[in-house]
Amino acid sequence: MMAKLVDWIDDRFPLIKAWEEHLAKYYAPKNFNFWYFFGSLALLALVIQIVTGIFLTMHYKPDVETAFASVEYIMRDVPWGWLMRYMHSTGSSLFFVVIYLHMFRGLLYGSHREPRELVWLLGMLLYVTLMAEAFMGYLLPWGNMSYWGAQVIISLFGAIPWVGEGLAEWIRGDFVVSDATLNRFFSFHVIALPILLLGLVFLHIVALHKVGSNNPDGIEIKDNKDENGIPRDGIPFHPYYTVKDIMGAVAFLIIFFGIIFFAPEFGGWFLEKDNFVPANILSTPEDIVPLWYFTPFYSILRAITYPLFGVDAKLWGVIAMGLSIVMFFLLPWLDRSPVKSIRYRGPLFKIALTLFAISFVVLGYLGTQKPQGLNLLIAQVCSVLYFAFFLLMPWYSKWDTTKPVPDRVTAK
Amino acid sequence: MIDDGVDLKRRRLLTGVTTGVGLVGAVAAAVPFVASMTPSARARAAGAPVEVDISKLEQGQMLTVEWRGKPVWILNRTTSMLDTLGAIDSILSDPNSDVPQQPEYARNEHRSVKTDVLVLIGICTHLGCSPKAALAGGADAVLGLEADWPGGFFCPCHGSKFDLAGRVYKGVPAPTNMVVPPYHYLSDSRIVIGLGPEEGEA
Repeated sequence: MMAKLVDWIDDRFPLIKAWEEHLAKYYAPKNFNFWYFFGSLALLALVIQIVTGIFLTMHYKPDVETAFASVEYIMRDVPWGWLMRYMHSTGSSLFFVVIYLHMFRGLLYGSHREPRELVWLLGMLLYVTLMAEAFMGYLLPWGNMSYWGAQVIISLFGAIPWVGEGLAEWIRGDFVVSDATLNRFFSFHVIALPILLLGLVFLHIVALHKVGSNNPDGIEIKDNKDENGIPRDGIPFHPYYTVKDIMGAVAFLIIFFGIIFFAPEFGGWFLEKDNFVPANILSTPEDIVPLWYFTPFYSILRAITYPLFGVDAKLWGVIAMGLSIVMFFLLPWLDRSPVKSIRYRGPLFKIALTLFAISFVVLGYLGTQKPQGLNLLIAQVCSVLYFAFFLLMPWYSKWDTTKPVPDRVTAK
Repeated sequence: MIDDGVDLKRRRLLTGVTTGVGLVGAVAAAVPFVASMTPSARARAAGAPVEVDISKLEQGQMLTVEWRGKPVWILNRTTSMLDTLGAIDSILSDPNSDVPQQPEYARNEHRSVKTDVLVLIGICTHLGCSPKAALAGGADAVLGLEADWPGGFFCPCHGSKFDLAGRVYKGVPAPTNMVVPPYHYLSDSRIVIGLGPEEGEA
């Protein structure tokens, strides 16, 4: 009966073919390690955000008069509303944790290198779209930090010469952040950007399955196939990695619900205290701080305080912040090392990557602190290190000594 | 594709022309969608002038009112506050208000119509935060100001500093002085914000 149904469908839709191509006969390297959990966890985080988002939308009101109250209503009066809300707010932060670790994995093992440039670029587009999604979602509760955060970020566009002011007005739909802004951000947050995210996820996976997964040794398993054309170092994604990923998902969910049940605000890092006050257009919070996942870039924005070449500091800050994200897109072409994985790279790259990771974290921390005195100086130094990692890469990655790369993957 | 006897040159031309016309159509179709996101007629109409009574504003006090959805500060400066203005020109980036961030009638050392009463849009020219009024000079641990602070406005977002006339300091991210809105006096104690002294000036 079941077999007949499958046959019936398969005559009309490539069911078996899709199953085999992407799961049962998709051969992934057998040496995946801890770092390879985060791709599937990102997918899980996306599903959590979409499902909780659908249910939050049933109760939320995108109107400046009622938005703040409707979130409180969800928290207090809607059955299990608090759970949906905390899953969504905690989920967004953990989504970024997962994404940053996923990206760092790419840097470690050279997942951005040929032939995976498009996988990397699609991933970066996903990252930028996710940042837009998170930023717009943050306005929706209409807390004071929501309001002023949006005010600051939209003003960034105003720094662009000639068209900036008009562009900022077009984004806001008003001369200040207002009801028009809230309403359109709601539209983008629940419809436009999620559709874009899903489309990009699809393309990211299609591109990945065309070239095959990289692995901690950074060598191509497709270069060594057996007589049946199956990579000798490959194992079918299902059941081997589906089982592994389920184990990762369970660990993730334990941490996820641990935070939701015991520390949903996470000491102000996941839900800022200023956002428990409704938006007040006459009073800026003591410290305007975006959520932690934006603070490294925010730090770079604030680090620039001097005009140069007739361009004022404000525009330079915006340019530097924009470039700090553009750098990631250029990565596949900046890296000139003959090897992909950090296991076979020399000390130069290891030092560079360590300095980059440290400066990224320090910038992230300083983005939550006051931009004065020593803090400002450290942020400026870290910004230079951040850009040096990318801009000097064509040289140090080439000069670096490398170790011989094995023919077959190794188990460590 | 079978290309027996097909004039490929002609086919390419026709394909190109069709694509071109199609693109023009797509751009034309996008216009209403893009334009629908600009400020609506209601948003444009909401910018009416605001009348403020300042008879109860004591020396050294500041009042915040709302005009076009922005905070507008009215500060009644004391003599000692006004004395700080001339003393710090060297650390300001535009002490003479050369950048037109104020109406002509407020382009003077105190950046106001009446010497003591400052009217200012309370929005930082960097990225639109509302700076904090740190009117009294001296150190402020919460805002992180040093002991040599002469009094003025400090933006907590990105550390921009302004003096008691809204003039910007050197070496801070804000590029220009704070904006003085158009305003005029109806009487000694009543100000209209949003309209200059000449009738109908917005």
